[in-house]
Order: sequence, then C-alpha cells, then structure tokens
Amino acid sequence: MLDALGEPQSVLVLGGTSEIALATIKEMPRHRLRRVLLAGRPSESLDAAVAQLKALNIAGVEPIEFDAKNTDTHGAIIDAAFDASDIDVVILAFGVLGDQMTAEEDPSHAVEIATVNYTGSVSAGLHVARRLKNQGHGTLVVLSSVAGDRARRSNFVYGSTKAGLDAFAQGLDASLEKTGAHVLIVRPGFVRTRMTSHLPEAPMTTNPEDVAKIIVTALKKGKSTVYAPGPLRFVMAGLKTLPKPLFRKLPS
Amino acid sequence: MSEAVATQLSGWGRTTPTVAQLVEANSPSQIANLITQSSSRGVLARGLGRSYGDAAQSGGATVVDMTTMTDFSLNPENMSVTADAGASIDNILREIVPRGFFVPVSAGTRIITVGGAIAADIHGKNHHRDGSFGAHVTEIVIINGRGEQLTLAPENPQFWATIGGMGLTGIITSATFTVIPIQSSYISVDTERLKDLESIMSSLLERDHEYRYTVAWIDSVSPSGRGVITRGDHATIAQCDSEGIKNPESYDPKKIASAPGLVPPGLLNKLSVRAFNEGWYRKHPRSRIGELQRIGAFFHPLDGVHDWNRIYGPRGFLQYQFQVPDSASDLIGVVLNKLREIGAPSFLTVLKRFGPGNQAPLSFPQSGWTLAADLPAGISELGRTLDQLDELISAVGGRLYLAKDSRQSPANFARTYPRLDEWRGIRDTMDPNHVFASDLSRRLEI
Ligand SMILES: Cc1cc2nc3c(=O)[nH]c(=O)nc-3n(C[C@H](O)[C@H](O)[C@H](O)COP(=O)(O)OP(=O)(O)OC[C@H]3O[C@@H](n4cnc5c(N)ncnc54)[C@H](O)[C@@H]3O)c2cc1C
Ligand SMILES: NC(=O)c1ccc[n+]([C@@H]2O[C@H](COP(=O)([O-])OP(=O)(O)OC[C@H]3O[C@@H](n4cnc5c(N)ncnc54)[C@H](OP(=O)(O)O)[C@@H]3O)[C@@H](O)[C@H]2O)c1
Repeated sequence: MLDALGEPQSVLVLGGTSEIALATIKEMPRHRLRRVLLAGRPSESLDAAVAQLKALNIAGVEPIEFDAKNTDTHGAIIDAAFDASDIDVVILAFGVLGDQMTAEEDPSHAVEIATVNYTGSVSAGLHVARRLKNQGHGTLVVLSSVAGDRARRSNFVYGSTKAGLDAFAQGLDASLEKTGAHVLIVRPGFVRTRMTSHLPEAPMTTNPEDVAKIIVTALKKGKSTVYAPGPLRFVMAGLKTLPKPLFRKLPS
Repeated sequence: MSEAVATQLSGWGRTTPTVAQLVEANSPSQIANLITQSSSRGVLARGLGRSYGDAAQSGGATVVDMTTMTDFSLNPENMSVTADAGASIDNILREIVPRGFFVPVSAGTRIITVGGAIAADIHGKNHHRDGSFGAHVTEIVIINGRGEQLTLAPENPQFWATIGGMGLTGIITSATFTVIPIQSSYISVDTERLKDLESIMSSLLERDHEYRYTVAWIDSVSPSGRGVITRGDHATIAQCDSEGIKNPESYDPKKIASAPGLVPPGLLNKLSVRAFNEGWYRKHPRSRIGELQRIGAFFHPLDGVHDWNRIYGPRGFLQYQFQVPDSASDLIGVVLNKLREIGAPSFLTVLKRFGPGNQAPLSFPQSGWTLAADLPAGISELGRTLDQLDELISAVGGRLYLAKDSRQSPANFARTYPRLDEWRGIRDTMDPNHVFASDLSRRLEI
C-alpha cells in the first residue's frame, strides 16, 4: 500500500533490467519498499539487476521470468505477482529500439519490434489493469517515447510502436476511471542508456536518473502524462504542428 | 436490498484514497451474508470515517457502511447505553445529556460511531483517570469471519481483541457501554497559559489528578513550546445557578457551530499557521478559574467547523500521534523541535498524560505522555523525518496510534505492539481466513 506521503511498498517492473526502471526504483524511498519484482528474460543482466538493488538494502527484490513476446504466459505471471500481495506501482519498461534500416530491408525485424513494443505491451498492460482494478488502487507507468509523437524517417518503425502504445495507454487510463487505478504515461526524449549508447546524442538528452526523478514526482502528484525532460512537452507540441516540408528537413 | 457501489474512500486526512464496493448495512443477517460471500479482497466495517489514515478503507473489498444502523437506547437504572454500532456519539449525546448522562470517554470529535470508538479504543481528556472507551464497554455483539454472531463479554479474550482491533476481528453490530451521571451540560473549566514546554509538562504532572479532564495545546511554532492547559469537571447545578444559567441541562451543540476560531482561515500555509498559533496563545488569559463552557465547546470545538480537513488542499494531511513512557518525557521536546526544524506547520498540537493501559492487546494508550500534531502531507522531508522520530519513539517503548497512522512501516508497528502475536492468535479464532482486511492491515501486514 502507498503511505500517506505517496511512497510505495511494492513495485513490479516488466523489463526488469531497464536502466530507466532501475533508476526509478532507486529514486523511491528505500526503507519503504517491501517487495520489488524484476520481471524479464532470465539472463546475467537480470541477476545483476537483482544484485544491484539488494546491495542497496532494498527488501524483497526478486526476479521473475517474463518474455514480452510470449503473450500466452502474461496472465499467469501477472496473476502470481498480484496474488502474493498488492502492488502499488507497475512499470512497463520493456522495449526494443531495433534498427530502422534492417527493419526496412527485413520486415520480420520490424515485426519483432512491433511484437515486443506494441503487442507485448497491450497484452501485459491489460492483464495489469485487470488486477489494479481488482485491488482498487495502483498505477501502471508506461514508458512511451517522444518518438511516438510524430513519426520520423530515421526511426518510424520504433516510433509507430510507441505511438500505438501511447494511444493504448491513454485509452486504458480512461477505462480505469473511478476504479482507483491509474496510468502514468512517460514520454522521454533521448536518454543515455544501453539502448541508445550506439547513437549520437540528440538535443535535451537526459540520464536515467533524471527520468527517474520525473517519474517519482509524477507518481506522487498523481499526474497522467509527463515528458522527460519536462520542457520537451512544448518542443513536441511545436514539432507536431510543423509543416511537413519543414519537419522533413530537420536533422534526424 | 442495498447494492454495492464502487466508491472512492479515504480517511479524514484525505491521503491515498482507494476504491471499494460500498454497501449500506441494514441487518445482521445481511452483514453475515456479505461476509460469507465476500471476494478474495475481503470485507471491512466503516463508521463515520474519522480515523485519519487508511483504517476505514479497503481497496477492492466490500466495505460495509455501518452508519445506516443507528438505533440506541439509554437504560438509566443501570446507567448504560445499548447501541447499534453505527449510532453516532453525536446522536447519543443529544439524547442522553438532557437526561443527565454523559459518555464515559469522549474523543475530540463527537462525529464518530460506537463501532469506531470500540475498534480504535478511543481515549479522551480523562484517560489519566478513566482509561479508554473499551474499559467501559460491557458487551459487544459481533459477526465473525465465518458469518457467525457472537456476544462477547469482558471475560472473553475475543472481546479484548475486538477493542482496539481496528475492525479486523469482525463487524460489530451493537454494543453496551456504561455512561456517567452529570448535573448539567456545562463544564467548569480552569485555564492556565504557560511560557514554555517544561512548565506545561510539570503542571500537567502535578495537577492532572485534581480534574477529570485535562489537555494542553502547544504553540508548535514557538521554540519555547509555550501553550495553554485547560482542565475541567462537569459543572454542578449550583455552579450553573450561580452563573445565572437557565436550563443547565439543555444541549444543542449546533448553536455553537459558528463560534470557534479554532481553525485558521483559507488554505493553510506557514504564515497563516504562525499567525494562528500566536493569536490562539494570546487569546487565552494567563489564568482563569471556573469558566463554564458548553460540552461541545470544551470537547468538540472542531465539530462546529464544516469540512475543516479540506484546508490542507488536495495532498491532504496526517496526524502524527505517539505515546512515550514517563522515562522518555524528553522526547516530547525533541519531536516538537524536529517538526519545527523542517517547517511542518501544525495548528493543532495537543499534549496529554495517559493513565495505565488496559488489557486489549492492540490498545494504544499506556502510562506516560501522548502528543498529536496535524501535518500537511506535502512537506518535503516529512517522510524521512517521521521515520527518524518513529525510531526514537520505538526505542523507548513508545508507539503510534493506529486510528491516526497512515505511514509507519510494518516493522515499526510490529516492534511497538509487542502483543501483536497474541492478538493474531485470537483473531485467527474469529477470522481464520482473514476475511477482514483494510488498507491499514495490508500496509502494516497485520
Ligand atoms: C477531529 C478529530 C478528533 C479526534 N480526537 C480523538 C481523540 O481525542 N481520541 C481518540 O482516541 N481518537 C480521536 N479521533 C479519532 C477517532 O475518534 C477514531 O478514529 C474513531 O475510530 C473514528 O470513528 P469512526 O466511526 O469515524 O470510525 P472509522 O474511521 O469509520 O473507522 C475506524 C476503525 O473502526 C473500524 N470500525 C468502524 N465501525 C466498526 C464496526 N461496526 N465493527 C468493527 N469495526 C468497525 C473500522 O474498520 C476502522 O478500522 C479524532 C478524530 C478526529 C477527526
Ligand atoms: N533510452 C531512451 O532514449 C528511451 C527514450 C524513450 C523511451 N525509452 C523507452 O524506455 C523503456 C526502457 O528503456 P531503457 O532506456 O531503460 O533501455 P534498456 O535498459 O535497454 O531496457 C529495455 C528493457 O526491455 C527489455 N526487453 C527487451 N525485449 C524484451 C522481451 N522480449 N521480453 C522482456 N523484456 C524485454 C530488456 O530486457 P533484456 O535485458 O532481457 O534485454 C530491458 O530490460 C523502453 O520501452 C524504451 O523504449 C527509452
């Protein structure tokens, strides 16, 4: 249960090795956390993520096996997590950036990106929403992206999956009205994580810790959408209305 | 037949609401059915929602609104009241005060139910002398986790597990408690204004036994910890006559509803709280003897102010109420200093002495001191600071009041209520499947 200051006791991360999600856990008051479930594909990095949080004296850190692509398994995995005790915050953090050029040449790569980022999120998101509604409280944090605000030549396959995810999350939030459950949509710009380490940095680049602070504050305030960094909201509002010829001339 | 309605519920502090299926209570058999047919989220009774934190809410559960079952009757011969659990102390007082009786223990608000008074084992300004509410209860009728109705007497451990049991042993449907005879609806009040915390504490220590009721208000803004002690006894007919009071038994607290300037106006901020504390201190004479105050003005001054809990804005507020033994009386000053340091504005800071506790395993009061401060939830550093204070308090054998708590950790709770396991054992005889659950019981892993 959240306490009166909005500090969570239990968190489930879908995409348990995500650097943004792990930074978010670290930003939460540690002594309050009783249970942190890191769901992901079994790997050394998942074990390392568990070890990293345990080393910070965070209680109840556990890995659970979860693959975004195996949508058949989502219901049982999410039910087991919620059956053990209420979950205050679920962070839907899995996602792949993929490679745009490869995707254009080999559509099966595009399908892979869409399956993880969109199909997997729809499946997991609906199962989580069902359980949040049942417990009458809790927030699903969805890691969308500014890439979904307007499709760009350089990464429109990824961008389109985030656009779909973002629209899904908005609708899901509406469906949860008056149930006590909420959705927080987070739209980061370029964040320095392993997902982007091979790319040149864009303007307004941030670190996972910056995004984490924004997420934790937004959770306390009960917001439903945030950009990271905040001012990106205005930049994206501008970009969305920019005439096509101008938009396409922007450096990618 | 009343239907379940998805309803957002919170405590008086308005923090962390959750949504439950709210059903109006209409009969013991209906309540028994709700219990036996409950979902895995469980069932909880709710009274008038005056507990500050998450005790009377339960996300996803069936919450039974008890305030629709309100019958009660006074038995003047054996000086007792038998009431439905949903009957309010307000309505009971309106009936019994003009007939010459008063409740054995009165909280700072009369807008609470009999069920809530028992479940929290409430205390009042007379704790040093009369103990808490549970000490005056003679019978409890309750529906347990199997849907069975039990009639409990003080010989029964299940009776004491229910007192202070925060609704987790069952749903109380009715109870009998003793009342005290009074001659008038007035309290004869002595007021003493003191310059610092030390003088307040020593005056309370020395003179508590002289009065049935005492409490001290502390100026939380002033570094000295100055404040005002008010002490009182039920006024006799002779006292009322000598003051020229006509109809000393008449009681209609609505009439004083507009009186108190006890709440700062508008949304609270540091400045308004500072100004309020200064004004409230100055308003009281250095010393005054034998002033006759109405019961409402003396016991329930805030009840005259509609929805005063909204002055804290959308983030809501909490009340930090703890108890420490006499051997750790210095902690009162430590806590006041710490709260002032982080700039936590409180207009309502109350200090009182407790007498010995009772045999209920989860009852809050124990001999020593209790301090309560209302604090806005939005203050930065509040969480960390209160956690540090929890540590200091638990280290000396003190603890927090569950009816006010909304943030302590499960570990702190378990450490400070050493009879928790004994209570759990009794609870398991009443509710083996843990049908009764609240957000508080989930948060504290009770
Ligand atoms: C302004 C103010 C001043 C106060 N002053 C004092 C004070 O001086 N001393 C003090 O001790 N407290 C004080 N309180 C706290 C208050 O007295 C308690 O929280 C009390 O329990 C509230 O009663 P309620 O009917 O509103 O119960 P609720 O807040 O609705 O419920 C409180 C608990 O009782 C349980 N409960 C309610 N009805 C039943 C039932 N029928 N069967 C089983 N369980 C039930 C609930 O499940 C919950 O756990 C104050 C509160 C306010 C707002
Ligand atoms: N970094 C940015 O610039 C940026 C900007 C906007 C939005 N985002 C979004 O933020 C989220 C988190 O990204 P991040 O920056 O923290 O990157 P990250 O560290 O690479 O995290 C991505 C996570 O997705 C998981 N994942 C990938 N495929 C999966 C699958 N099939 N099943 C389960 N988990 C899978 C990864 O797990 P493995 O360890 O098993 O691979 C990893 O935990 C992503 O949704 C991303 O799209 C990132």
